[in-house]
Amino acid sequence: MLLSSALRVVSADVTPWNNPYPADNAAKSILYSVFQERPKHLDPVSSYSENEAVFTGQIYEPPLQYHFLKRPYELIPLTATAVPEAQYFDARGKRLPDATDEQAVAKVIYRITLRPGITFAPHPAFARRPDGSYYYHALSPEITQRAFTLNAFPETGTRELIADDYVYEIKRLAHPHLHSPVASFLGKYITGLNALARELRHRTYGKAEFIDLRAFDLLGARVIDRYTFEITLSKPYPQFVYWLAMSFFAPVPWEADAFYSQPGMAEHNLTLEWYPVGTGPYVLNENNPNRRMVLRRNPNFHLETYPDAGEPSDGAHGWLAQAGQRLPFIDEVHFMLEKEDIPEWNKFQQGYYDTSGIAPDGFDQAIRVGPTGQPELTDTMRAHDVRLAITTQPSLNYIGFNMLDPVVGGNDRRARLLRRALSIAFDTEELISIFGNGRGIPAQGPIPPGIFGFKEAEAGVNPLVYDWRQGRAVRKSLDQARHYLAQAGYPGGRDPASGKPLVLYFDAATTGPDLKSQFSWYRKQFEKLGLELVVRSTDYNRFQEKMHKGDAQIYSWGWNADYPDPENFLFLLYGPNGKVRHQGENASNYANPAYDALFQRMRVLPNGAERQRIIDQMVALVREDSPWIWGFHPQAFTLYHQWVGNAKPNLLARNSLKYRTVDPVLRAVKRREWNPPRLWPLLLVLIAAVVSIVPAVLVYRRRRYATAL
Amino acid sequence: MTAYLIRRLCYVLPILIGVNLITFVLFFVVNSPDDMARMHLGERRVTQAAVDKWKEEHDYARPLFWNANVDGTARVTDTIFYRRSIELFLFKFGQSDDGRDIGYDIRQRMGPSLAIALPVLMVELLVTVTLGLLVAVLRGTYFDRWIALVCVALMSVSGLFYIVGAQYLIAKLLRIVPISGFTPGLAAAKFVALPIAVQVLAALGANVRWYRTVFLEEIEKEYVRTAWAKGLSESAVMTRHVLRNALLPLITAIVVTLPSLFLGSLITESFFAIPGLGSYTIDALQSQDFAIVRSMVFLGAVLYIVGLLLTDIAYAWADPRLRFGEA
Amino acid sequence: MSFTLYPTDALFLIIVASGTAYFTYLRRDAQLRAQWRQVLVNPLGASAAVVLSLYLAIGLCDSVRVTRGNEILSLLDIIAAPLRTQVEMTYSAPFASTGFVMESSYAADGSLHRDFPRLRYGGALLSDPASQRAGDLVQRLFAGVALGALGSGAIYWLLGGWRRDAGGAHRGSLPRGRSCWPWLVLAGVGMGAGVLTTVAPYYHVFGTDKVGMDVLYQTLKSIRTGLVIGTVTTLISLPLAIGLGLAAGYFRGWVDDCVQYLYTTLSSVPGVLLVAAAALSLDAYMARHTASLTSLEARADLKLLGLCVVLGATGWTSLCRLLRAEVLKLSAVDFVTAARALGVSPMMILFRHLLPNTLHLVVITTVLDFSGLVLAEAVLTYIDIGVDPSMNSWGNMINSARLDLAREPLVWWSLFAAFSSMFVLVLAANLFADVVRDAFDPRLHE
Repeated sequence: MLLSSALRVVSADVTPWNNPYPADNAAKSILYSVFQERPKHLDPVSSYSENEAVFTGQIYEPPLQYHFLKRPYELIPLTATAVPEAQYFDARGKRLPDATDEQAVAKVIYRITLRPGITFAPHPAFARRPDGSYYYHALSPEITQRAFTLNAFPETGTRELIADDYVYEIKRLAHPHLHSPVASFLGKYITGLNALARELRHRTYGKAEFIDLRAFDLLGARVIDRYTFEITLSKPYPQFVYWLAMSFFAPVPWEADAFYSQPGMAEHNLTLEWYPVGTGPYVLNENNPNRRMVLRRNPNFHLETYPDAGEPSDGAHGWLAQAGQRLPFIDEVHFMLEKEDIPEWNKFQQGYYDTSGIAPDGFDQAIRVGPTGQPELTDTMRAHDVRLAITTQPSLNYIGFNMLDPVVGGNDRRARLLRRALSIAFDTEELISIFGNGRGIPAQGPIPPGIFGFKEAEAGVNPLVYDWRQGRAVRKSLDQARHYLAQAGYPGGRDPASGKPLVLYFDAATTGPDLKSQFSWYRKQFEKLGLELVVRSTDYNRFQEKMHKGDAQIYSWGWNADYPDPENFLFLLYGPNGKVRHQGENASNYANPAYDALFQRMRVLPNGAERQRIIDQMVALVREDSPWIWGFHPQAFTLYHQWVGNAKPNLLARNSLKYRTVDPVLRAVKRREWNPPRLWPLLLVLIAAVVSIVPAVLVYRRRRYATAL
Repeated sequence: MTAYLIRRLCYVLPILIGVNLITFVLFFVVNSPDDMARMHLGERRVTQAAVDKWKEEHDYARPLFWNANVDGTARVTDTIFYRRSIELFLFKFGQSDDGRDIGYDIRQRMGPSLAIALPVLMVELLVTVTLGLLVAVLRGTYFDRWIALVCVALMSVSGLFYIVGAQYLIAKLLRIVPISGFTPGLAAAKFVALPIAVQVLAALGANVRWYRTVFLEEIEKEYVRTAWAKGLSESAVMTRHVLRNALLPLITAIVVTLPSLFLGSLITESFFAIPGLGSYTIDALQSQDFAIVRSMVFLGAVLYIVGLLLTDIAYAWADPRLRFGEA
Repeated sequence: MSFTLYPTDALFLIIVASGTAYFTYLRRDAQLRAQWRQVLVNPLGASAAVVLSLYLAIGLCDSVRVTRGNEILSLLDIIAAPLRTQVEMTYSAPFASTGFVMESSYAADGSLHRDFPRLRYGGALLSDPASQRAGDLVQRLFAGVALGALGSGAIYWLLGGWRRDAGGAHRGSLPRGRSCWPWLVLAGVGMGAGVLTTVAPYYHVFGTDKVGMDVLYQTLKSIRTGLVIGTVTTLISLPLAIGLGLAAGYFRGWVDDCVQYLYTTLSSVPGVLLVAAAALSLDAYMARHTASLTSLEARADLKLLGLCVVLGATGWTSLCRLLRAEVLKLSAVDFVTAARALGVSPMMILFRHLLPNTLHLVVITTVLDFSGLVLAEAVLTYIDIGVDPSMNSWGNMINSARLDLAREPLVWWSLFAAFSSMFVLVLAANLFADVVRDAFDPRLHE
């Protein structure tokens, strides 16, 4: 045992030729990952994208988080001591038991208490002289002129996390210069947020200097004591508690704002967008979006331990082995810039990336469908002992009809039948198999699996598009679709007005060459019914504009869950969320009063039989109206190497890197084993080159001989 | 000599202004700042107020050429053209459309670009001059004809093929170098080896042909024939006379390629994930970041003009009439 | 049925027409005729010419469009209808009769099977592909070769290859060198075409791509894009180069200063950057001003034209410089000074005397630039500033097939088809250019 591990260390010393990392990194506890695009926003107030959350999730700590292992997803405290309960009050300040009588509720209060003793990661903004004044809060222009990274400020300091920091961040949501993408949405709920925004806009007009938000009052966010604060909503929003697990509610110290707001800092990219400061397990140690971004262990990270309970199968996967141990496990995480899928995939295979989503074109190489129809790894992958994790994402990709369109829109019988016919003809199964390599499950309605309200198997099948036969859903025949089409007044797909095939328009944003084939596949689906589909593709911004104006006809759209509640999907069809009239997320502009009434009741109910009953009614209604071709719920296939531990996919927890483990010694051995260079073809080429010069030399010598004569 | 150089320098200024005018027309007249704002604000419904705000934030909120709202010289200076052009002349590139400091990025990315460009230049010179001389020596033989054909074939292959093929073959199948990436310092060698080889190979055909012509032209000149007649050995003639006299066209050719070398090979860099100026430009093109593209165009032109000046100096130095101030 | 003409179609046809006009014109000019004869006598030149005319013929077929029902089809679309319409599910290898990717299917009893599916069209007429495919292919190959031999024989006969008079002197319209190479190339090309006609309707010669489109069809369609870029660009840059170059050389003085200033400024911006910047600007401009064009094809075509304009407007400087220098030299020559002394108008001198004497430069540069432009298309398309993604072009083919390289087993055929068809065209153009230069460059005849 001792001998073999010694051997392993020795052999790990010799680094393969194609190792893209320095040789002495091999033994370090580093996780290697990729990023495709520079994360634009690392300021918690403006960061919303998935690729930004990869970083912000590890750096900032909102009050709550999702349990890493448990399913269905469960909220647990992170920096708070408990998950807050909503307290409902009526207009006279009387406490109400719940929010079932929505009209009666005048305010909702969430009281959050923090764990004491949590400190921020070291940062120059906190650095103080012995007399208590700040080192870097009044910098001279000479210093800022020469500062291009935070390394220009060698002194660092820290401070305990207090309730003020959370309230400060909530106020920042209203700051007009920070452009928070959720400000207008949260403004509808958090008391006084819009008023604060107006006040700040007035105060900051034409100025860029630091505004100390501590001097402003926000009714909806108040500090109670050093560790306690309250958030007040002006109307019930039971899903609000999920927002407390998002980075928008992560603490921001006023010192950071004061530090970064000094003149000359923003010009050199010295902003919170670029150099975040938080209390999380990692700090952003190197931010070079041209090459790599490095997260390093936060030396001040508070005590947090690995969970000791999860799903029953977690123990078998080895996901409970570290139960009770202190987080995080890995010292550094290196995110390397990889713009193209192919190098990323190849490097994963060579062992230089520890995990990988599967690029669509590497799929056949990694996955095959086993005898039972379940995907399993190919022999090559198994030989490398690669592990596969499959999760259905809490999201939906659908084809939407613009309900304001005169042809496909409207709620009359003709339009409904037309949409129903198209829903049958549009072969989602084929779409998934060609363009997603089978990574997805056809949607039966708006709610994805894993979210309350979703129904499995026969009970969940959309009876208008599928039949349930021999234990599986079978798409209805094209004849049925043609029948609907004829009933809608388009026999054989012909428009009676012109006698020619009915022309429909698909609006899309052109983003890549792959889309061309997808469009031609769409056309084929419509041709099956004798309809003609014209693809109107424009650039992304024009497409957005069309959607906003309601000029689109048929379009493709997707939605990722913000939180695991059916409200987050059903609101996509809620009339008052219509895109054109209300700038909401209801891209189809679907409006059905019956549905809207049910939605209002559903959103305030707790999960239970009553809620399920209402959801069933709502789903039945939208299936009937078919404002969308339901599309599919994509599945994420993640591959990870044998040396990576605790890789259980958690699609809602953004902070899962702290649970991850890595075995660098095993990794070094395997990398060496998998990457012996093959030199002989190059040698052959070299020999061929030398040989081909020989006749040239001969000719030359003969010529010289001849001239010498 | 000095007078000559000063005259050349004076000639450069209008050209720089011209380049500036071209980029200005391309980026501000064809696409007005309003259009740019709309493009970047595309996510939400764009109001004129939002457009004005974006222009204000990005310093585009001025008339293009003539500001009638102010008095005096400000009518000219308080315009986009004046401000943006003067900034460029001082190498102040300002901020990219997504708020990054362009000057800083350019400084950061110069290193990786040079790490490829300089070796490419040297290897290319070495390989192509050797081959060119060899072919010139063997002119008229079947070897010459064969090389000529190979050169045409090499020239006819798309540059993309070299990159795609080399990456697949050398990096993936043979596992000799990393597939892509970069690291500063000496360790960069293993990352830049393949891109360098690819770039040299891609230009090989055209280069060898060109050098062959240059050398042949020299060989056919009178003095070379004289040298032959004197009974000098072939190698002596080649190195002492032909190569030395072909130096001037060589220098010109090298100098002219300098800016493109410095700006990095657009495609190669982005394929091999080298964080140089080439991939910077490509990214800017793909995200339609006009500010960056404009800066790169100007920078490229400046380098080219500096190269031209250097050539002039080289010629002047080589030409005794100029050196001694007769002309 | 009616004809539709896109802008680039029109320009391309104009170019072909003016090319034809040029050759009619050179019948009257003994020296030019001799030079061109020299090109075509050269085995490489003639072989290249054969290949180029094949590409040109395909490009022409693809530039004549008719409206049928509510779709616009080119002649090529109609001729190659089987290739266009026989669309499989997804990838299939060249000459395959089964798919490339395994598929699961449910049997009648509900059990799941996984197998390589039979293709809908490729090898569909075989009842048992495993045993019959090779035989069937060989049979078609022979038929194709025979057909091709007949066809090229006919062309040979039409061009008068067999006609010779008693003295053995050649009388056909094609010059006859000592070499039989051009005829071998013609025979080879003919046989290749013959094999395609017998095999392509029944098999996918270059396989199919991700959505089952025939790769051969895409390759054929890409030819036109390449040719248009190579020629229409020249059409735009030539007038600029000739006009400004001649004017600068002839009038000298401030005209010369202006022209010199213009081309020095333009050429001081590195080529790719200038093209990229211009294309980007144009792209953004078109995105806003052509939204009314609903037809994807019409928009793509306009974008192609835009690209040609950009390439042309930035690519005229080198020829202009050459022409200026040449005219400067010629102005001192006797016949020009004499003409000037006789009071001939400057325009007359420019176009009657100077232009014909610099035409060799124009011809050489045009032919040389062509191959560079064809290659540039692929690169520009790769960095997203080339032709529209919906247009068939080699750049787009390479761009989308690049991802195929990560598959295992390797999907090589799309990339192979694009690169090899581009290679053949560019190689032929380069060889042709070499021969043309040899024939036209007076310096080489000293």
